[in-house]
Amino acid sequence: MASTESAVAFQFDDLEQQQQSAELGMWVFLATEVLFFGGLFLVYAIYHFMYPDTFHEASKHTNVVLGTVNTVVLMTSGLLMALAVHAAHDGKRNQLIWMLIGTTVLGLVFLGIKGIEYYDKYHHHLLPLFGWPFEWEGHSPGAATIFFSLYVVMTGLHAIHMIIGIGILLVLLVGAYRGGLLRERSTPVHIFGLYWHFVDIVWVFLFPLLYLIG
Amino acid sequence: MSQAQPSVASLIVTYVLLLVLLVATVAVAQIELGVLAMPVALAIACTKALLIIVYFMHLKDSISLVWLTAAIGFVWLVHMIAGTFGDYLTRGWSLFS
Repeated sequence: MASTESAVAFQFDDLEQQQQSAELGMWVFLATEVLFFGGLFLVYAIYHFMYPDTFHEASKHTNVVLGTVNTVVLMTSGLLMALAVHAAHDGKRNQLIWMLIGTTVLGLVFLGIKGIEYYDKYHHHLLPLFGWPFEWEGHSPGAATIFFSLYVVMTGLHAIHMIIGIGILLVLLVGAYRGGLLRERSTPVHIFGLYWHFVDIVWVFLFPLLYLIG
Repeated sequence: MSQAQPSVASLIVTYVLLLVLLVATVAVAQIELGVLAMPVALAIACTKALLIIVYFMHLKDSISLVWLTAAIGFVWLVHMIAGTFGDYLTRGWSLFS
């Protein structure tokens, strides 16, 4: 990012208009994301309505402790991201770099814990993917397959969003390291923060629906 | 950003509230609430989401067009779920047996 260039692109009247346009664009994208995830939440709601007992039984096989720890990890990364936006706005380069590193590390910790959970499900034959063995002791194994399919697809789609987010965080880190992304150039950090917080919100709903209903 | 920024203190208070609500939702899940379990869990989740949207995502300080966009995303989601359940919940109904 060349510092001699104006921070305001030629099509905008001023910095404020440019920032508001970027913010609005991100929220429009997030509104489409709400419906993207919303479709899966709808499928979950329908099958929970049809097979409530099996869903409750299946939910007992998720790891509430790891799920709770992961929620704390994600909420903390959300706080660090919000502080990164704050630091970028105030022009504090070092603070911005450390907050972005913290957000990235916690994102990776989340994915690591998720990986442990997936392996555990695979180990107990509860991961209905790629034709892997699926065993269900209770009645209605079909409904249990639906629950664990939703479990892996919903948390998997969430994890893909996290992986994309970590990729963007690394790009932001390079920009912050080079001394960009501060004050009037902090919009990318703010806009990415919206995305990261949205991914947090998806988890806020996934956690009780998948882990806590048992 | 030239727009107003939430203070560091308000961000930390939001974070603490999110953790308190997390403890609450895990604790409530250990009690057998029956049919109330799902509404209570969703109410806590919605409160957490609202805290994140208003404070972490700065919606508090955003222009009304952004408010409108955020609200529209929510409205379509409710519309999709309510419309579908308007079907599923009424399939068992019959006027004549």
